[in-house]
Amino acid sequence: MGTRDFIRERFFPHMWCPGCGHGTILNCLIRAIEELGLDKSNIVVVSGIGCSARISGYVDFHSLHTLHGRALAFATGVKFSQPELTIITPMGDGDALAIGGNHFIHAARRNIDITAIVMNNRIYGMTGGQYSPMSCTGDYATTAPFGNIDNPFDAVKLATAAGASFVARTTTYHAKEGISILKKAIRHRGFSVVEFLSQCPTQYGRRNQLVNAPVMLEYLKTHTVPIGSARAAEDPEILERGIFVEELRAEYCDAYEQVIQKEGG
Amino acid sequence: MEENLVFVQGNEACVEGALYAGMSFFAGYPITPSTEIAELLARRLPGRGGRFIQMEDEISSLCAIIGGSLTGNKVMTATSGPGFSLMQEALGFAVMAEIPCVIVNVQRGGPSTGNPTHVGQGDVNQARWGTHGDHAIITLTASTHQDVLEMTVHAFNMAETYRTPVILLFDEVIGHMREKLVIPEAGVLPVVDRLRTSVKRGVDYHPYLPREDGRLPMSDFGGDHRYNVTGLYHDMWGFPSSNPKVVESLLNHLVDKIETNVHEITRYKELYLEDAEVILISFGSAARSTLHTVENRRRRGDRLGYLELQSIWPFPVDLIREKCRKARRIVVVEMNKGQVTGLVKAAVENPERVFLANRIDGELISPTNIKNILRIIQGRGV
Repeated sequence: MGTRDFIRERFFPHMWCPGCGHGTILNCLIRAIEELGLDKSNIVVVSGIGCSARISGYVDFHSLHTLHGRALAFATGVKFSQPELTIITPMGDGDALAIGGNHFIHAARRNIDITAIVMNNRIYGMTGGQYSPMSCTGDYATTAPFGNIDNPFDAVKLATAAGASFVARTTTYHAKEGISILKKAIRHRGFSVVEFLSQCPTQYGRRNQLVNAPVMLEYLKTHTVPIGSARAAEDPEILERGIFVEELRAEYCDAYEQVIQKEGG
Repeated sequence: MEENLVFVQGNEACVEGALYAGMSFFAGYPITPSTEIAELLARRLPGRGGRFIQMEDEISSLCAIIGGSLTGNKVMTATSGPGFSLMQEALGFAVMAEIPCVIVNVQRGGPSTGNPTHVGQGDVNQARWGTHGDHAIITLTASTHQDVLEMTVHAFNMAETYRTPVILLFDEVIGHMREKLVIPEAGVLPVVDRLRTSVKRGVDYHPYLPREDGRLPMSDFGGDHRYNVTGLYHDMWGFPSSNPKVVESLLNHLVDKIETNVHEITRYKELYLEDAEVILISFGSAARSTLHTVENRRRRGDRLGYLELQSIWPFPVDLIREKCRKARRIVVVEMNKGQVTGLVKAAVENPERVFLANRIDGELISPTNIKNILRIIQGRGV
């Protein structure tokens, strides 16, 4: 099968702005699934609300476009009731970590076998550029006209502390690395979090001296380094990329299956 | 028969009804006075191959059962006032995406945290209008444990028939009181199973195109058809659309599928209406005291009639109007500030005949309370 077999071509061109990174993430996701050789009738994509959430309409899998922040709650119901399905939940940074923050940490704590992709462009794009829990201190946004005074989450540390058994970070500049990480995340049995740094030139870049998509991609290139690189320790603006956590721990549906077996169900 | 006779709480009767109907997936969050439903299902579902999960809140509980319904399960959650408030967002999603599911609200005193361990019936209108936007909803209730079981089965049947969320509006007294229950043998009560599409794999399937009889056959996630489910207005494939014609016809469909079937959905009980000068209308635990009052006063010669609503939404307007046509007075007995009273007034001719007999202090309204209110209404003094 080619990658075109995994998309609903009649809905293209997609609705994302010129220069948006989300198309790159969609591309990486489809290539990862193609390379894994998965049956597309065995995949359910569950998304929330926002620019990121539109990804579920573009892919030719079972698709569930839910409520803002609730993708993981719906996904938990789908996975827990039908554990043999492969579940992927692409979410925005506000979607996953503001309104959906509680569902995020609890899905991680359960270690339920879902692949959560946080498409982090550090802004609420669809509503017009408000600051998100991933906007950096000092960033400008329509609701932070004098500069953001909030502190952002570190999604990798948050997911790790909450109990996710696979945690990774990559960027839209590093698309090949993204494919490779997504493949591992999907194959991993347990809760996988991939923070995928993405660019929003329309709502974030033009307010924050990153004038267009190439400049933003250049920023992702120069401000991220592989895990363990010395530069990250020296400069707090530099983020590490790669796989931070990859451990095999009891998966939630497997654990419940043992309860069912024990009870004779 | 005897081995099926048990002495249980109303919450247990609800569990028996849900299992009788074939419920196989429950997600919930602990809240008084509904918690026993979750506790019992945590124990009983795995042995039947079903699944129980305790979620992080009521928001995710309803979201999770919607997910579980899409993979082909009959699903339920149970809560009370504050949790029911949190479920309103996902309730609207289930209405819009036409997902069969059952939501139990064992009512306590509200608003807010209110009176958690005491009875109330103040969620009648929240059940109807708690989620935003125009929509229709089915809401059922019960006054005895036998009825709790039967209405729970009816709730699943209605959810599957109309592809819709159904609300079971019980209350603290019904939930916690113990009385006898006969668990019917399989086959005694009708059970409506999931209607699945006969469209073969590879053939275009329309999840949102009603058949001639109005029903919409489903396809399980993970099965033959990959389609889209969304809370946005959508076309017959489930893909988002803001086309004015699509929007208008979907909203009309969502309301009409329930409002035009009010006679199929409605359940009620009546006694002594033929000669009744005063009709007492009630539901839930308040109906128990109402029935006692009617029986008691009739023995003393008062021509009282009894009408118990076992379904509240869609409100059975025609039924109420017809049954109350000849009565001199109509008294609605409920434990709130008159939520059903207002509906009855709107339904009958000469609404000045309609009175409220209520109690709102967290205690069950008693036959003596009702008798005293009747004396005032009938001008017999206190």
